[in-house]
Amino acid sequence: MKNPITGLNKVFDNRIRLGVMSVLMVNEEISFNDLKQLLEVTDGNLATHLVNLEENGFIKVHKGFIGRKTNTTYSITRQGEKAFSDHISALENMIKGVK
Amino acid sequence: MLKSVKGQKEPEKIWKVGEFSHTLYYKVLFMEEKLPGTNSLNDLNDIRRIMERSSRFVSLSGLSGVAAGICAIGGAFIANSYFSNYYGVYNSRGFTTGDEFSQLKLRLILLGGVVFLMAFASSYYLTWRKARKAGLPVWDHTSKRLAWNMMVPLMAGGAFIIGMLRYDVWIFVAPACLVFYGLALVNASKYTLSDIRYLGYCEIVLGTINMLYPGYGLWFWAAGFGVLHIIYGVIMWNKYERNN
Repeated sequence: MKNPITGLNKVFDNRIRLGVMSVLMVNEEISFNDLKQLLEVTDGNLATHLVNLEENGFIKVHKGFIGRKTNTTYSITRQGEKAFSDHISALENMIKGVK
Repeated sequence: MLKSVKGQKEPEKIWKVGEFSHTLYYKVLFMEEKLPGTNSLNDLNDIRRIMERSSRFVSLSGLSGVAAGICAIGGAFIANSYFSNYYGVYNSRGFTTGDEFSQLKLRLILLGGVVFLMAFASSYYLTWRKARKAGLPVWDHTSKRLAWNMMVPLMAGGAFIIGMLRYDVWIFVAPACLVFYGLALVNASKYTLSDIRYLGYCEIVLGTINMLYPGYGLWFWAAGFGVLHIIYGVIMWNKYERNN
């Protein structure tokens, strides 16, 4: 039997990265501030994880402005969607395995 | 993996339970097992919760529905008294002047505005209170999206009704209100607790039936905006808020 753990993606081990991906799966795009509020994390912490996700090619960053304030929004990439659904299926399989 | 503790210093942590002390020789016993994915069920629950909370406005209170319903019924009663005044004059005198008719129109429109504002303010307050209790923001991207998606059908309906009033087509105002409001709710249900869609369906059905009996507009209006709101509000409150 295939080891179910192999399906899990290391990138999503972290709860904040997992949270970011969950939010982006159901929202076309979301701003940095909304993400911060939803996940209840600090600026620096969130930024680090966002960079990590971006480097993995799972999210896209759009920099924009509202007046003079920067407004950075994030959206999920095709690759990110695929990786995340694979991760979820792996989680589901694991639970089925336990039952 | 466990290193021998022979000859090493005794571990310092000692647990006392009653008269017995328990010494912890192997720290590993108290370490969390950190296999990746052991928390898969927790992870899935978290994912679901975050998806739900980030895409839907969940603070909409059932009590808001009840408050709006009460405002609507109150408004319908007052409107009814306006009508019976007007028709009382008409019946006793045999005619009414154009002035009296436009006065009736003006009073009804004002009444409508006041009822709307009161319903809106009370619903807003109750929803705000629920959000604050849960520690959630009232005005975030979910509520903005909800508001926008409700506004679109409502604005279209408003323009449509103003258009009808320009041609003095009064009898279809109530059915049009109900149908457009129902459509707005069905549209909004994607962005808040989805149960509101059933309220939307009911409003649409009621508005459509009202088209067949246009003379009873006020009754249908009171049923749709008053009674249905209250029933919906009580059901929602019972389902989501009662136990909290």
